Amino acid sequence: MSLSAQLPVLPIVIPLLMAPITLLLPKGRAPWAWAVLCSWLAFAASVAIINNVYEFGVISYHLGDWAPPLGIEYRIDLMNALVLVLVSGIAAVVFPFAYESVKSEIDERQSPYFYGALLICMVGLLGVTITGDAFNIFVFLEISSLSAYALISMGGRRDRRALTSAFNYLIMGTIGASFFVIGVGLLYQATGTLNMADLHAKLAGQDNRVVQSGFAFIVVGIGLKLAMFPLHLWLPNAYTYAPSAVTAFMAATATKVAVYVLIRFFYTVFGFDFAFEVAAFTYVILPLGIAGMFIASLVAVFQEDVKRMLAYSSVAQIGYMLLGLSFATTAGLTAALVHMFNHALMKGALFMAVACVVLRTGSHSCHAFAGLAKRMPYTTWAFVLSGLSLIGVPLTVGFVSKWYLLQASFAAGHWYAGFLIVLSSLIAVVYVGRIAELMILREPDPDGPYALARKEAPLSMLIPMWVLVIANVYFGIRTELTGGVAERAATALMTMASGGAQ
Amino acid sequence: MISPGIAIAASVLVPLVGFLAIWLFDKSPNIREAATLTTGWLLLLLTVTVFLAVGEGARPGYEVFDVIEGLPIAFRAEPLGAMFAVIASGLWLINSIYSIGYMRGGKESHQTRFYMSFAVAISAAIGVAYAANLFTLFIFYEVLTLSTFPLVTHKGTDEARLGGRVYLGVLMATSIGLLLPAIVWTYAITGTTDFALGGILATHVDEMGLILPFLLGLYAFGIGKAALMPMHPWLPNAMVAPTPVSAFLHAVAVVKAGVFSILKVAVYIFGIDVLKETGASTPFMWIAAISILLASAIAMHKDNLKARLAYSTVSQLSYVTLGAMLATSMGVMGGATQIAAHALGKMTLFMCAGAVYVAHHKTLISEMRGLGRVMPFTFGAFFLGAMSIIGLPPMSGSWPKFLLMLGAADAQQLAIIAVLMISSVMNVIYLLAIPVQAFYMDPAPAEGGKAPGAKGAAIAWGHLQEAPFLCILPPILTALGAFILFFTMDPLYQYLAPIVGGVG
Repeated sequence: MSLSAQLPVLPIVIPLLMAPITLLLPKGRAPWAWAVLCSWLAFAASVAIINNVYEFGVISYHLGDWAPPLGIEYRIDLMNALVLVLVSGIAAVVFPFAYESVKSEIDERQSPYFYGALLICMVGLLGVTITGDAFNIFVFLEISSLSAYALISMGGRRDRRALTSAFNYLIMGTIGASFFVIGVGLLYQATGTLNMADLHAKLAGQDNRVVQSGFAFIVVGIGLKLAMFPLHLWLPNAYTYAPSAVTAFMAATATKVAVYVLIRFFYTVFGFDFAFEVAAFTYVILPLGIAGMFIASLVAVFQEDVKRMLAYSSVAQIGYMLLGLSFATTAGLTAALVHMFNHALMKGALFMAVACVVLRTGSHSCHAFAGLAKRMPYTTWAFVLSGLSLIGVPLTVGFVSKWYLLQASFAAGHWYAGFLIVLSSLIAVVYVGRIAELMILREPDPDGPYALARKEAPLSMLIPMWVLVIANVYFGIRTELTGGVAERAATALMTMASGGAQ
Repeated sequence: MISPGIAIAASVLVPLVGFLAIWLFDKSPNIREAATLTTGWLLLLLTVTVFLAVGEGARPGYEVFDVIEGLPIAFRAEPLGAMFAVIASGLWLINSIYSIGYMRGGKESHQTRFYMSFAVAISAAIGVAYAANLFTLFIFYEVLTLSTFPLVTHKGTDEARLGGRVYLGVLMATSIGLLLPAIVWTYAITGTTDFALGGILATHVDEMGLILPFLLGLYAFGIGKAALMPMHPWLPNAMVAPTPVSAFLHAVAVVKAGVFSILKVAVYIFGIDVLKETGASTPFMWIAAISILLASAIAMHKDNLKARLAYSTVSQLSYVTLGAMLATSMGVMGGATQIAAHALGKMTLFMCAGAVYVAHHKTLISEMRGLGRVMPFTFGAFFLGAMSIIGLPPMSGSWPKFLLMLGAADAQQLAIIAVLMISSVMNVIYLLAIPVQAFYMDPAPAEGGKAPGAKGAAIAWGHLQEAPFLCILPPILTALGAFILFFTMDPLYQYLAPIVGGVG
């Protein structure tokens, strides 16, 4: 049995086995180095997988050689291969970045637990992405969520509010997961299977109360996990008070994976012949996406805390993805997938810049950002460039996202949506511009707590952060990987959703 | 001689190399300024190469790569763009010489950042000039906005910050909010954003219906740099910047990039024939006409010289928009030649305003009485520039007005001819009043101390108080240029004729 035949399971097995070992390592640098190594291995495996899928098509891997639909199947098409690369890639950048930031924010004795939990969280997210089994999604979702609750609460050493926000997230997240599992149970009731490809085949033509309520439970459950407006209430606090590195990792990955699950259920488990879904697109997902784009953006404008501001911006950005996927066209789905990828790059870089500022000033209030351009120029420019990307300025990934979204809106005949998209980008100009102006054109209050001379963040943080910033520019001018793969993935999904076989 | 295609790519790239050189020589101002000037000369050489090649009928191009499948960053020179590139690079060189005199004379801070931003901005302007499609144009348009922001806020005062906020706010809001959807919409309808003679929308007119005028409106207001009212507030607000920046904004690149884009869209996206047949452009023609008159009226009330010139720009550039919206060959030619003529004239006026500021720190027109007697060269150049802007022969500004009137007659819009006449009279009032006051009126008594300027009707040759040489020479050169262009308008006209299908 060669290693390459086992490739699909590697991104899960490697970190799953390596994570518990972290607990045995001495506190300090060792657990961190172990986690970094693990994330790089997972990334390498994911890149190998996407290459494989790109050339040879869908991979189906049977765990323990139990044939589906009874056994668990890992089913990897281009869409989840893309998300795999995204999650493991962000991990491979954020984990090396984390060391200095975590050292200053977390009790050192906790560091083995911290990196262990971080690895488990990554496994959970990768597992959700890779599996082809609906119940298995629930299992991995809980794995990632439980470790996320622990990670967020570790921010409690800096700010006790982390504890209540972690608890809040725990309650909301558990409700979401329960809804999801109830939905999966109802579908099992209706079809007798849990394998998603099999579900798709057996659900075809079924349109009854059981399936409808199963669908509703799943949408609401995942909606909670992906912070779909107005189910986003857990997110701002969790992102604000979590340790900075955790926020950077979660903001770039957790909600993206939930969006992936939503797309998976909308397009490959259910299909367009399921009338209830089309109604849900028109009357639920589209309006909520637009509402989120505006309300969350407007709330972001008035935040004093930069992390919270970016958290609200995340809720708004999720609105774009929901809008894209609700068009139910190839272009719209491509736009949603591209934006999912691109938004991870921008938010990752932005939260990393905030982490650098927190390291040097001890605060993520906007007052701490005044006059940073002179003292922390590399951090400032990383923030400004990724902020421009968030706005959607040309030559950044944000522009590519906007272009795909606008094109999808006009092509789908929703031209009003096109104008709403640019209108809400203009709100992003306001909230990003406000912080950028503080950093570049203002000076800190000379008597305030932030007036002290500060130095630039250490290289171990600057390099990973700039890797993401450069990715923001690179994928803003070359879109073969993002746009090209997303379009192929979207075409395949559309075929399935319209009733064709994969 | 390098091939024109490579020259296009190089002309976008050379200023960026200059940007790096300026950065590297931060500590030695003389080498830094030499880098700026070398860049300027090289750039002028390259754009002239392209200009000549286009004149021989070639349409050299350079394709970089596809950003999104089917949407490349690509350049292709055509007469309008080649002309704009030569004007921009030529005036940038003059402006750089002037900047050196001005910035050193005024002992301004952050000079390296200043020249670096300038280098990026001129690269972006050249990119706009040579863009082969709307997609490329939009990219460089946005780079131009962002790279000029540090120039506008250069002084770092509260006032500069406020001006910068309005500047960036209006330009970003219009470009992202209106122009970007317009471009994507065009792409969704036609499947391309390439500029093509006759207009890419021409074959889709029937299916578009009311979308056509709506789309034109998105372009007309979305190209905020053209300062069509009510999208003009960024221009007066940007007056807080140092004078070379104002000259750059008004004459060299920024508003020019705006009206240039409007012409490109009218000629190559919609097509003049489409605009004429559907009448889609008529409402915007009236908006441009109102813009011309209103801005002139506001300019008459301004005592601050730079503010007056700013509103004069809003008015003068609406001539170009008006020319495009008249949808006749003559109108478009009038608009196109106005880009060249106004550039030379307004450049002269701004550099003179800067010279007065450097020599005497005066910004209000009422304080300039009598100054002409001690600054005869500066105000002499100002007088010539003003004549060109007004449209008095023998200055180049008279030809565009003439062509526009012909265009209005072709379009049977007699009221537009009246608008042009009224506007010229207003120009005489608010522009010629300035040198007249400077030469013929005695200085107003200043509080404490003696006001600059001399009494008596004669020029005080023995007691000249002129600005530094580097601040006087450039405006004299551009004033001369405006004079020479009056006699060489025919070659330029022939050169540009292909954009309207080659009228004789």
